[in-house]
Amino acid sequence: MSKTPHAIIGVGGQPSPRLTHRQAESLTGFVMASPWILGFLFFVAFPMIASLYLAMTRWDIFTSPKFLGMENFEVLLTDDHVFWKSMRVTTLFAVFSVPLQIAVGLGLAQLLNQKIRLLGMFRSIYYLPSVLSGVSIAIMFRWIFGTQYGLLNGALKLLGIEPVSWLGDPNIVLLSFILMSIWGSGANMLIYLGALQSVPTELYEAAEVDGAGSARKFFKITVPMITPVIFFTLINGIIQSLQEFQTPFILTGGGPADSSLFIVLYLYRNAFQWFRMGYASAIAWIIFAYVLALSLLVMKSSRAWVYYEGSLRGR
Amino acid sequence: MAVIAAAKNRKRSERIQKLVVYAILLTGAVIVLFPFLWTFSTSLKTPDQVYQIPPRLIPEPAAPENYDRVLNERPFGRWMLNSFFVVALSTVGTLLSCSMTAFAFSRLRWPLRDKLFLVLLATMMLPDQVTLIPTFIIFKQLGWVNTYLPITFPAWFARNAFYVFLLRQFFMTIPLDLDDAARMDGAGHFQVYWRIILPMSKPALGVAALMFAQFKWREFLAPLIYLNRSESYTAAIGLRTFMDETHGTDWELMMAANILFMIPVVTVFFFTQRYMIQGVVITGVKG
Repeated sequence: MSKTPHAIIGVGGQPSPRLTHRQAESLTGFVMASPWILGFLFFVAFPMIASLYLAMTRWDIFTSPKFLGMENFEVLLTDDHVFWKSMRVTTLFAVFSVPLQIAVGLGLAQLLNQKIRLLGMFRSIYYLPSVLSGVSIAIMFRWIFGTQYGLLNGALKLLGIEPVSWLGDPNIVLLSFILMSIWGSGANMLIYLGALQSVPTELYEAAEVDGAGSARKFFKITVPMITPVIFFTLINGIIQSLQEFQTPFILTGGGPADSSLFIVLYLYRNAFQWFRMGYASAIAWIIFAYVLALSLLVMKSSRAWVYYEGSLRGR
Repeated sequence: MAVIAAAKNRKRSERIQKLVVYAILLTGAVIVLFPFLWTFSTSLKTPDQVYQIPPRLIPEPAAPENYDRVLNERPFGRWMLNSFFVVALSTVGTLLSCSMTAFAFSRLRWPLRDKLFLVLLATMMLPDQVTLIPTFIIFKQLGWVNTYLPITFPAWFARNAFYVFLLRQFFMTIPLDLDDAARMDGAGHFQVYWRIILPMSKPALGVAALMFAQFKWREFLAPLIYLNRSESYTAAIGLRTFMDETHGTDWELMMAANILFMIPVVTVFFFTQRYMIQGVVITGVKG
């Protein structure tokens, strides 16, 4: 038996006699997990530390970084009104789009969760926007939201409504983003549909015997039973909406007057247009802290409203 | 008689209810599909029809030459090929590195395993922005800007840890007895992974491949910052070049390019939707 590393870790068959089975297994475990371990060290852990350091410097890439301590954070939090505007824009978007996507997704799932002809067709149609989401949907909506030649205003005209400046009016632009996000609620629908199908039918039968109507059944059985899934989509929705980038980048570029300047777009401008790498890193950490704080808040609240069956509670 | 009347009434109200449900579902389907239809319609219009008021759905005359122009006057065909290359290379990398790591995390006992798995779960929650800038600088120092390495290489190191998680969950459903039996017959751990676990996990690998390829196809921020030369663009960032603030956007070309961009994804979705929908339902994750 050769003593190449392969033989020792058991790749080529029997582990080397010099190692016990247990040791060989441990070694193989490390080696086989090493793609991720190396990737984690080089693409996550090291960049995170570097990013934390950069956040405390002023750096334009071309000259060497200048250490500032907490100054970037101080400026961001106390002096940078564009930053606060972008936080407000992002938060407002999340506060409306996430619950609405959940509500619409749940509504659609409930409608589809009965004996319906063409169920598969409806399901695929509603899911289609999620398959394509991103740049191509944003481009599509840029065309649809057009003031003069857009499809939406064209449709409104038929109803006798004056054209709306969907992407050009600072007071309306976020509404347009929210409408667009609701249009893509199909991903949530699909997740809820799966959850609805796993709610035991006995529960509904028992409720019917007690004379419960369909609204009551929905709010007293369906919703509580699928709260774990709602919880999951809520967390996921928050994380994703706070990191919205492509859609504002394509649709408005952040305008008009920064009224759709999402926080990641502001980070992008700082880093890759103005080469303020230190400042942008500080923004990245604030985004991280914000995502984490909101996620923890939701997780904390979950004890009060998420239903876990039996032994799973508290895990 | 009263009982029969009541039953009839109930049947009628049920039928009305069904009708309402279908009406809502159909309206929703039209709302979802119409923008796509509109995009397709615009892609076949001549420039003057694009700005026609009131707008027409069916272009007359149709202008299929828009597609020809997108592919020949603009390098959109090239960009699509670039995207195929990037997607293929990084999907293979993700499947190999993530499945191997998942195997180590689910079927082998080694020190630190469970602690590292918690770390892995935590990285799934980490917003990409936190690592974006240092990673950019590292790749810039390595001279990798304007190559495909920054957007394909990390995939070979399980950078998208979610797929490790997904595959691990699946591997855990395969009985450990199989590994033990194979080990008795003299197979090494790696052989168990390669000859037994991978072949048995084709459905999960398929779902992972589809989800990742879909994500990679439309990936935007990374190609945007790493690829600055027009000829190396991926299709996702190439699309953006049709928007022209100064000369006005050629919407018919933009929409033709958009349709071309959607075709591969929609085609794959059409043929694999049962598979993919299953995947989303099981993992509970958006595509």
